[in-house]
Amino acid sequence: MTAPAHSEAPAGHGAGSGEQREGIVRGLRYIGAKLLTAAVSLFAVMVTSFFLFRILPGDPVRSMTQGREVTVEQEQELRRQFGLDQPLWQQFLDYCAGLFRFDLGVSYQYRIPVAELIGERIGPTVLLAGTGTLIAALLGLVLGTRAGWRRGSATDRVNTGVALLLWSVPSFWLGLLLIVVLASGAGWVPGLFPTGGMMTPGTTGLLDVALDVAHHLVLPVATMVAVVYAQYLMIMRSSLLDEMGADYLTTARAKGLRDALVLRRHAVPNALLPTVTLIFLNLGQVVGGVILVETVFAWPGLGSLFYSGLTVPDLPLVQALFVLFASAVILMNLLADLVYPLLDPRVRT
Amino acid sequence: MNYLEVKDLRVTYRAGEGEIPAVRGAGFGLAPGSKLGVAGESGCGKSTVALALLRLLPRSARVQGEILLDGEDVLTMRWGRLRAVRWAGASIVFQGAMHSLNAVRRVGDQIAEPILLHENATPGEVSRRVGRLLEQVGLPRWRAKAYPHELSGGQRQRVMIAMALACEPRLLIADEPTTALDVMIQAQILRLIDRLVGEHGISMMMISHDLSVLAETCDRLAVMYAGRVVEEGPADSVFADARHPYTAALSSAFPKIGDPESRRNPHGLPGDPPDPADPPSGCAFRPRCPVAEERCSTVDPVLWPVEPAAVGNGAAGRAAACVRMLPEMRSAGVAAEPAEPNVAAPEESR
Ligand SMILES: Nc1ncnc2c1ncn2[C@@H]1O[C@H](COP(=O)(O)OP(=O)(O)OP(=O)(O)O)[C@@H](O)[C@H]1O
Ligand code: SF4
Ligand SMILES: [Mg+2]
Repeated sequence: MTAPAHSEAPAGHGAGSGEQREGIVRGLRYIGAKLLTAAVSLFAVMVTSFFLFRILPGDPVRSMTQGREVTVEQEQELRRQFGLDQPLWQQFLDYCAGLFRFDLGVSYQYRIPVAELIGERIGPTVLLAGTGTLIAALLGLVLGTRAGWRRGSATDRVNTGVALLLWSVPSFWLGLLLIVVLASGAGWVPGLFPTGGMMTPGTTGLLDVALDVAHHLVLPVATMVAVVYAQYLMIMRSSLLDEMGADYLTTARAKGLRDALVLRRHAVPNALLPTVTLIFLNLGQVVGGVILVETVFAWPGLGSLFYSGLTVPDLPLVQALFVLFASAVILMNLLADLVYPLLDPRVRT
Repeated sequence: MNYLEVKDLRVTYRAGEGEIPAVRGAGFGLAPGSKLGVAGESGCGKSTVALALLRLLPRSARVQGEILLDGEDVLTMRWGRLRAVRWAGASIVFQGAMHSLNAVRRVGDQIAEPILLHENATPGEVSRRVGRLLEQVGLPRWRAKAYPHELSGGQRQRVMIAMALACEPRLLIADEPTTALDVMIQAQILRLIDRLVGEHGISMMMISHDLSVLAETCDRLAVMYAGRVVEEGPADSVFADARHPYTAALSSAFPKIGDPESRRNPHGLPGDPPDPADPPSGCAFRPRCPVAEERCSTVDPVLWPVEPAAVGNGAAGRAAACVRMLPEMRSAGVAAEPAEPNVAAPEESR
């Protein structure tokens, strides 16, 4: 192992390598602890997801065979095929063993491996949720900063008011409203956007496809952003308000900095620290939002897949998706823990 | 001409329904290159005055009066001019360095910030100057890379001092620069400030609640009580021969080390300063004054020159705000019509 950057340490900065090694050990221990926490959470999620969906009303085999004449033998055969004739504990063990082999079982509805289904649908969800969260976070941070810096001003009241109003609106309702007003072509507004889906069938060419997807993306993303950004705004606003009376801001003003620079260079970097953590912690709500938005806009992603799976109930599918969604949230929290020290020098050492 | 001249400064904080008159007509002057000590108990308005000098008070504060910095009134300055005066004309070392430094930025960058803002300096020049400033305050150059939490309290205060000197200001305002530090470090930091201010020929206004420290460091003293200057004059004579009962109490609360006279009489001051929102009638010090008289409840004494004849040599330029200093009162014993407008007769006496 080499010790780079060591030669740069100026004379008099002795005891460097020992301190450095100690720092690395402490860092590794920190990361190890965070990883362990994540692993424990993940295990809890696996167990929960198995039992949770078995409480759902409805008989999967009944739903699968709905509308068709089936004999009792045929029904039994189906049960045997999907392992539903086994005792619960046996099913649980099979499920756990499967998860570790990335064998997520076969979907009751689609009759193809769940892993394959997820592979097909994960792209659109990442696209939608990623774009939506990024825009919502940026919007929330910018507007929250403005609102907090001028607390009680018209800007503050309008921004907070609008954000809270949109926050309180259910996303499916807002989605439907947008479809009716901007996409259906009803009334005097022409149908500016597609009512659903991700792509117009038959589109070819990279640029055309990209433009078409972007066009389809507008309304679902707008719905998500509208419902989600308020939280980011409120978090940023309140952490900025916490910093407002701080002495280092008086120092910054005393130095002769313009108000905008006091805000940008001093207040925002400090206010961002608690905000970043809270933003990551709130990502769970993004998952909930994505399920509803995808369903309303028939977006071919994991959310609409989950929704359709719930109605059956398609146990292998919803279990796997539940674990996947929860893992995403756990992963984000882990990421927050790992990113935070990069932002806050006080945690780094 | 004085570099700093404060006239009848009044600061009132709006707090909820009520108003807090934190500074109620304070005035003092500071000659170029000289050192003024401002003393007084916690809450008497020292920091409020300091912040007012550069218009740094929160929006809840209403400021009246005149603050002449090199002849220009700070209170009526345009924003652009004010920003130029801040730090380059006068800089501040704040009360607590822990909170006055930005926790997420390196101290070197924080020292460099005002230089980059006020002067056309190349980055190389700036970093050389930061290094030199750090060395001046007794820190090695490489400490520029440190974050505030990596430094001790004394080191942080040294960084604050380096920062305050960054633009070579003509006036340094030090607001209790050592309160948060332990005694040994306090002495070091005070010596450091004293030395640097002398070397650079900077005027200084140092705030403290410790009269003896100020008496040692400064040329002149201004003692504040309940938002006003109650005594002002050359440091030695004010400290050794207080004219205002409050100053007398302060000097005995912090006895001069080695002085047997003050040792025998080390009593502090009983009672608390008045609630600024509801000051007593007449002299604000009356409830605690050991020598209060009847007229003290009706006359609100304002700073009045102490007669040289009454105090002897070396007392030139002394003033105190006590009825016992008013000449016509001493002779007549009544609330006479004041000879100058700066002695306000309260309504009750009319
Ligand atoms: N932002 C504010 N809003 C309302 N009242 C304030 C504010 N800042 C100070 N005050 C009040 O003004 C008065 C003077 O406060 P100031 O901080 O100037 O005192 P100080 O002499 O510096 O005291 P200390 O020695 O404790 O630093 C106090 O009564 C205080 O409560
Ligand atoms: S005016 Fe009266 S109460 Fe006030 S300090 Fe003088 S003697 Fe005491
Ligand atoms: Mg103070």
